Amino acid sequence: MNDSKIPAWVNIIVLPMLNIFFAFAFSAIIFVAVDVNPLEAAMVMVKGALGYQEGVGYTLYYATNFIFTGLAVAVAFSAGLFNIGGEGQAYLGGLGVGLACLGLDQALPFWALLPITMVTSMLFGALWALIPAYLQAYRGSHIVITTIMFNFIASALMVYLMVNVLKLDGQMAPVSRVFEQSAVMPMFHEIAGWFGWSFSESPMNLSFFIALACCVLVWILLWRTRWGYAIRAMGSSPSAAEYGGINHKKLIIIVMLISGALSGMLGLNEVQGYGQQLKLDFVAGYGFTGIAVCLIGRNHPVGIILASLLFGVLYQGGAELAFDFPNIDREMIQVVQALVVLFSGALALMLVKPTERIFVLWDRKKKSLGKAQAEA
Amino acid sequence: MSTLPSDKPFALELRGIDKRFGAVHANRNIDLQVPPGTIHGIIGENGAGKSTLMNIIYGFYTADAGDILIGGEVQKLANSKEAISHGIGMVHQHFMLVDNFTVLENVILGAENGPLLKSSLGDARIELERLAKDYQLDVPLDALIEDLPVGLQQRVEILKALYRGAKILILDEPTGVLTPQETDHLFHIFDALREQGVTILLITHKLREILAATDNVSIMRQGAMVAHRKTAETNKEELAELMVGRKVRLKVDKNLAKPAQVVLSTQDLTYTDEMGVDRLKKVCMDIKAGEVVGVAGVSGNGQSQLINALAGLLTPTSGSITIGDTCISAENPSSPDGVRQLSVGHVPEDRLDMGLIKAFSAEESAILGHQNQPNYNGRVMNKPKAITSECVRLMEEWDVRPQDPKLRSSLFSGGNQQKLIIAREVDKNPDVLLIGQPTRGVDIGAIEFIHKRIIELRDQGKGILLVSVELDEIMALSDRIIVMFDGNIVGEVSAEQANEKILGMMMANILPDELSESDAGQATNGGQA
Repeated sequence: MNDSKIPAWVNIIVLPMLNIFFAFAFSAIIFVAVDVNPLEAAMVMVKGALGYQEGVGYTLYYATNFIFTGLAVAVAFSAGLFNIGGEGQAYLGGLGVGLACLGLDQALPFWALLPITMVTSMLFGALWALIPAYLQAYRGSHIVITTIMFNFIASALMVYLMVNVLKLDGQMAPVSRVFEQSAVMPMFHEIAGWFGWSFSESPMNLSFFIALACCVLVWILLWRTRWGYAIRAMGSSPSAAEYGGINHKKLIIIVMLISGALSGMLGLNEVQGYGQQLKLDFVAGYGFTGIAVCLIGRNHPVGIILASLLFGVLYQGGAELAFDFPNIDREMIQVVQALVVLFSGALALMLVKPTERIFVLWDRKKKSLGKAQAEA
Repeated sequence: MSTLPSDKPFALELRGIDKRFGAVHANRNIDLQVPPGTIHGIIGENGAGKSTLMNIIYGFYTADAGDILIGGEVQKLANSKEAISHGIGMVHQHFMLVDNFTVLENVILGAENGPLLKSSLGDARIELERLAKDYQLDVPLDALIEDLPVGLQQRVEILKALYRGAKILILDEPTGVLTPQETDHLFHIFDALREQGVTILLITHKLREILAATDNVSIMRQGAMVAHRKTAETNKEELAELMVGRKVRLKVDKNLAKPAQVVLSTQDLTYTDEMGVDRLKKVCMDIKAGEVVGVAGVSGNGQSQLINALAGLLTPTSGSITIGDTCISAENPSSPDGVRQLSVGHVPEDRLDMGLIKAFSAEESAILGHQNQPNYNGRVMNKPKAITSECVRLMEEWDVRPQDPKLRSSLFSGGNQQKLIIAREVDKNPDVLLIGQPTRGVDIGAIEFIHKRIIELRDQGKGILLVSVELDEIMALSDRIIVMFDGNIVGEVSAEQANEKILGMMMANILPDELSESDAGQATNGGQA
């Protein structure tokens, strides 16, 4: 009966908006506490993220990362699996991209290299998800625990590789050499230039469009193929899926491979696009934020694009904010982001009941009004 | 109704109760008058609004309009606590008991007087002993719930309500889990309660129980109260007609079965679950083409494991299953998909958990188990149009309403969900059909339809295994009846031999050869009485 209480648009639009509104309301209180006018801060944030071309470019560059990691969480979540290992899978995916670039950037032109880096990013990310997937499917270890642990292992592995293997001779910094320019993702301002449109320089690059393509592909996978049917069946009702002849062990492996591959593609944006060399900690929490993105985006590719834009705005606008106001530092921006995550993730269900009630009341009033008019 | 004697105010009276859930009008202008100290039956198909009405009386829901009068006074019942304080008690279909608590602890749970458990327990013990004496409700107070049979667990539920001062007791489908003998016991308890002045509201969809236990009966249909009758002045046929709104044939017409070759058999089939409990113990049975084999038994005696093992959901621990020429055993396990390929259809016992996916649209649920078939799939993408048209066809053939393939599965009524599942399984034209609880939570109109189709399938030469908790259904449809107890097959009776008494005793593990002797004894007893 609860199903029919509120129409879909309330669920899809009103609720996320309300959650975000509450997050901003609490952020405003914090701004007031440090003597910053919250309205002014909000203006700076929006202007910084969307007000000029470079800002927009940065926002979309951040959004690219969130789309990849958000999709990764969404695919796993559709199958009822909570993949928290996006961070490690993205890290490894970046390694895959970096190794391919370092090995082949002098030999191949970009358009020959791109398919290779795409495959290595997916392959490395997927393999990093394979072990937790195997442990969940065949050994019953909980995927949440194993994927978290694999984040730490990924981090340790990367430190080892960067310090002992990939670091340049005679240098202190644990970074690889910079890739040849020919290996780097075409930046958006270059792509815009091909079409005769001048756009300010920003780190936004071709991988943004790859991310959008992934959204379409994930939608097709989940809603238009028999494999997606199996994934959603297992996520909605494991016993019905079993009845339907769906082999959950095999499916867990497949889903986690897809999820890991999507996370790994973050390396295309972050390593081949922005960093242009291998270094430490380039994932910088995007993997974790992907969970929030997926939650706010309600597990749907379109929602994930919108949520990724929101987080892009928060990242880029937040950076501008810290730049403009001496009272606001990076940590406070993180508090704002954390509040958004808190309200739309952890407390997402808090507002469901009250909203439902308000809506039912409103609906009843409308109906009785309609009845009164009909009688009159 | 107005002619009822009204020297005393009604124990419970409803005036114009109305309740909507979104587009669903669950209760329409309900009037009900229950005189004190009577047993009042409320009967109606599933989805008729009985449960909604009871939940309004118990304070779970608030009515949109209308008044509830208790003892002649209008009361606002905002929650179940207020309902309890006005003397309303409810025994739910699924017991709300803590398994590893004793009876006494369960009874006082939520009704402790003060923070110290010891004094509460002491007071409760005295009170419960009094209640047990007054109402003939003997229950071992210090036994753990998990050690008690279901019949006794139900008494604990009744005691819980009485301990909280219930004067009006609502029982929602109380006999679903009981053997016929336990049901009789329950009705004796009802009589004792009535003598002590307790008013009982009995919600059921079983006509037999209404006739056996109640004084008055009210009939609900599609959210409205359609009639009130004195039980003594009505009969099964009239009640069924009132419930459904048209004439209903309660008996299933069928010719004698013409069983042919064996299509499925088990050899010493044994299944031990993860806890190490033997759920099936060397079960040997077979199903022939063109017959219905019924499996009777109190729930939880291995029937579910039997049907699930046959359907490939459970792998035998030892022994084997032979379907056609294929042998399935621990060494050679199969899967639901594998069994489906052997031309076995399976209507699972738990419709909502297994038969369909609540969150999916009807058309998606209508291909569950067959989602990989080439007619629904291209090379990569599936064929939404083919899936939709297939679902529309099934819905037309099986009269599934509303005929909307895009509607979410959970929003169909139980009967329509079940029709869709049976349609899906039958449509693939299997040789063997395993059917679990085909009419659980299904309305009478749909039951009639489903029963007719099952017999038609039998006559088309399919081998059918029927597992059901409804003895009436087992007896009406089966050609042979297997009775299970504790993972064993107690015995087998033919449809002609079977009656409620024989099956009831077999369900309590009294073997058929003992049965024939005690039968004779009872016959003489009956003669003396």
